[in-house]
Amino acid sequence: MLDVEAQEPPKGKWSTPPFDPRFPSQNQIRNCYQNFLDYHRCLKTRTRRGKSTQPCEYYFRVYHSLCPISWVESWNEQIKNGIFAGKI
Amino acid sequence: MAHAAQVGLQDATSPIMEELITFHDHALMIIFLICFLVLYALFLTLTTKLTNTNISDAQEMETVWTILPAIILVLIALPSLRILYMTDEVNDPSLTIKSIGHQWYWTYEYTDYGGLIFNSYMLPPLFLEPGDLRLLDVDNRVVLPIETPIRMMITSQDVLHSWAVPTLGLKTDAVPGRLNQTTFTATRPGVYYGQCSEICGANHSFMPIVLELIPLKIFEMGPVFTL
Repeated sequence: MLDVEAQEPPKGKWSTPPFDPRFPSQNQIRNCYQNFLDYHRCLKTRTRRGKSTQPCEYYFRVYHSLCPISWVESWNEQIKNGIFAGKI
Repeated sequence: MAHAAQVGLQDATSPIMEELITFHDHALMIIFLICFLVLYALFLTLTTKLTNTNISDAQEMETVWTILPAIILVLIALPSLRILYMTDEVNDPSLTIKSIGHQWYWTYEYTDYGGLIFNSYMLPPLFLEPGDLRLLDVDNRVVLPIETPIRMMITSQDVLHSWAVPTLGLKTDAVPGRLNQTTFTATRPGVYYGQCSEICGANHSFMPIVLELIPLKIFEMGPVFTL
């Protein structure tokens, strides 16, 4: 699941990210970035503990809906090359 | 879209725009009243036969023409603030669309249910069909459902742009490095036009926005996703 190439939205019922009171303002960049970080942190922690990574899919769906795909691709590329600036 | 030589606002396609039109009419009426009053006073001043120039001390009049403008300003401010807070209400959107500005076209991403990404370029004049609108029509329109709260995330890949659709009362700057959110609910189907509203280079006037609003049932059938 750490293979960043094979990320597709999971099947099942999903509408759109709900209102997140942590990010009430107009600039939602932190919302997008935080969910991206949370997804990868969730993956890393649950994989390390040998648990199913299915609960992490929520974060995936949120950042996939909110973040421009070019940003996501660039961040994934940085993760792959080990130069991603965020703490995962 | 606006017709030639149009001065007034376009018809509203969202509840917020309806409120804005009402507020605009209210503020314009106050402006007309004040202008008329001032012009009348000016006319009287220019046509009076009175010649006494030693008038001073008119405390009552001074009080009136201080308090009255303050009241008028409050009457303008209250509806204005009401609408301002209305635009910031928490509504639960059903769909999120991303709009990314480039020099000189828009990219739209529908990623709630998959990965539909496409560019929207203005139709060059040589490629217009009869009936198309010059400088307004695009090759790929943004197809959206009506009567659904929609969240638009707007950003830019290079310089400042601004995503505007006047009939929905929307204008949001596309700032590189920022992800601006705006929400709207369209009340009627149709094709609605807007233009880039922040100077962004040579073809700033040639990157329009076209929304095609269709009934939700037809949107759900997935015509958008059969490209």
